[in-house]
Amino acid sequence: MAKRFSIKQQTGFTTIAFACFFLLYLPIAVLVIYAFNESSSVSDWGGFSLRWFAAAWSNQQVVDASWRSLKIASSAAIIATIAATMAALATTRTRAYRGLTFKYAFINQPLMVPEIVTGVALLIFFAQIKISSGYTGLGYLIAAHTAFCIPFAYLPIRARLENMDLTLERAAADLYATPWKAFRRVTLPLLWPGIIAGLMLAFVISLDDVVITEFVKSGGQDTLPTYMLGQIRRGITPEVNAISTVFLLLSVVIVTLFFFMSRKRD
Amino acid sequence: MPDTPGKNAIEVRGVRKVFGTGEAQVAALDTVSVSIRENEFFTLLGPSGCGKTTLLRLIAGFDFPSEGEILLYGSDIAPLPPFKRPVNTVFQSYALFPHMTVAENIGFGLEMLGKPRAEIDARVAEMLKLVRMEKLAKRRTSQISGGQQQRVALARALAPQPKVLLLDEPLSALDYKLRKEMQIELKRLQHETGITFIFVTHDQEEALTMSDRIAVMSSGKILQVGSAREIYDRPAVRFVADFIGETNFLDASIDSIDGGKAKVTLKSGATISATVADGFKPDGDATVVIRPEHAKAVKGTGDISGVVENVVYFGTDTHVHVRLDDGETFTVRQQNTRGAMMEFERGERVGIVIGDDAAQILKD
Repeated sequence: MAKRFSIKQQTGFTTIAFACFFLLYLPIAVLVIYAFNESSSVSDWGGFSLRWFAAAWSNQQVVDASWRSLKIASSAAIIATIAATMAALATTRTRAYRGLTFKYAFINQPLMVPEIVTGVALLIFFAQIKISSGYTGLGYLIAAHTAFCIPFAYLPIRARLENMDLTLERAAADLYATPWKAFRRVTLPLLWPGIIAGLMLAFVISLDDVVITEFVKSGGQDTLPTYMLGQIRRGITPEVNAISTVFLLLSVVIVTLFFFMSRKRD
Repeated sequence: MPDTPGKNAIEVRGVRKVFGTGEAQVAALDTVSVSIRENEFFTLLGPSGCGKTTLLRLIAGFDFPSEGEILLYGSDIAPLPPFKRPVNTVFQSYALFPHMTVAENIGFGLEMLGKPRAEIDARVAEMLKLVRMEKLAKRRTSQISGGQQQRVALARALAPQPKVLLLDEPLSALDYKLRKEMQIELKRLQHETGITFIFVTHDQEEALTMSDRIAVMSSGKILQVGSAREIYDRPAVRFVADFIGETNFLDASIDSIDGGKAKVTLKSGATISATVADGFKPDGDATVVIRPEHAKAVKGTGDISGVVENVVYFGTDTHVHVRLDDGETFTVRQQNTRGAMMEFERGERVGIVIGDDAAQILKD
């Protein structure tokens, strides 16, 4: 029997797809497996054990870095999402005008400028403020993370707003809703999945950042990624695998939660 | 008929709406004035791009006129935002809130007006009954059919008891049968609620069957306002005659004019009488307009003659398309009656008899 015509069925597609999946997931699978290694090697299997999870849990430096990472990521994600929501509203609820494209580029600038450049720039900029103000807290890291998280929060929110039927807001206004009430009762509930997606994306991006953090952090402000990088320089133990596994689990949980939340809403 | 002051729900006075600037400037509405009476079913009819939807949007408040006033019972509402106008809209796409139930949608306007819960619930129940949707009150708007969505959109717009209801081509998304049902339903709702309806459509049949009065629009102007009968029988300009119903146009020369009557000679040499539209003083040549049902095809000679090109049977009537001797086409519509049906064959020579008062002379 002749094959039915399909764009998907072309020579090599399946092979390439499987190769990609292996490249993506095999290293992660190996990492997770060796997190449960009894021996202190990340390549020789010495039997099943949870000792590296225990080791990470009782390592004060890991615990501190984790808390710091979570604090920075949640603050930066929330601030960035609020700013991104406002930016998305301002750039979609308007007629196209000269300069709008420039504004998009301006908002998305952190996606295009190399991180290392931003890192160096912030290092110099913040150093001056540190000297004149004397403040050396987490504020600098939160500000830096907020800045590069904005485009990640902005993109899904803008996509959601662009797909939203504008006549819904018009209908709300027609039915005596003031602009604020129309936003709260119609735009915001419909925008919610986009906002959550933006928030999660921003959170994950912040949690993951090494380059900018490395430049901006003051002494004793290691986040989990910069701590792990420092450890690896001194030789790897499966403790790093264990920490990574916990973080992997955390992100899987967040994504799953979001998936079920957005499914219920639609 | 002069408009009685104070009885007008809406008065549009010298409204212009210009889009764009400089060279690219387009007048979507070119100095439009019209009065819409209380409790009437008023239709804005015209082809797409004629400005009918722009006018509706100006009345709703989604846009503001470049010039002119829009009076609602005597007070100018043109500068007010939509949420301050006691006017509600039924949108072409319905624009139901997808995250709310049918009942929540209907109650939205009252809620925004700050009405007490008990009053909202009572009014929503009343509206659900009015549009016969009681059983679906708790449904999401995505779980009901297009016709049902249409009813919810109507109920939602009627619930706050607006002074005027605006309907923007609300039936265009429905299939033929449902559209016919909704036309009757709309007339019933207008009658029961006593609210002034302003209905926008490009469908002339819809306009003729539903409206108390119709405004025919073209290129940002209102060409004629009148009852369905007036618009159809006494079109003021050629565009109106052409847009509403089918029409035949014949070139003629004017022999004499006496008041509203003229004697004209057709190209065929036949002389017929024609009515002249009010205030129109044609001289020399003119275009004569004849409705297909006001002419009759006969075997033999008539006022004009030609060859049958096509015969189309429509059940209730038959359309005979005739190629006249001067090369023009002419359509005759004859009622089909049992027994006494006159059969025409393609290629057959026929005469066309034009009835008295059938022909009209119109401005271009």
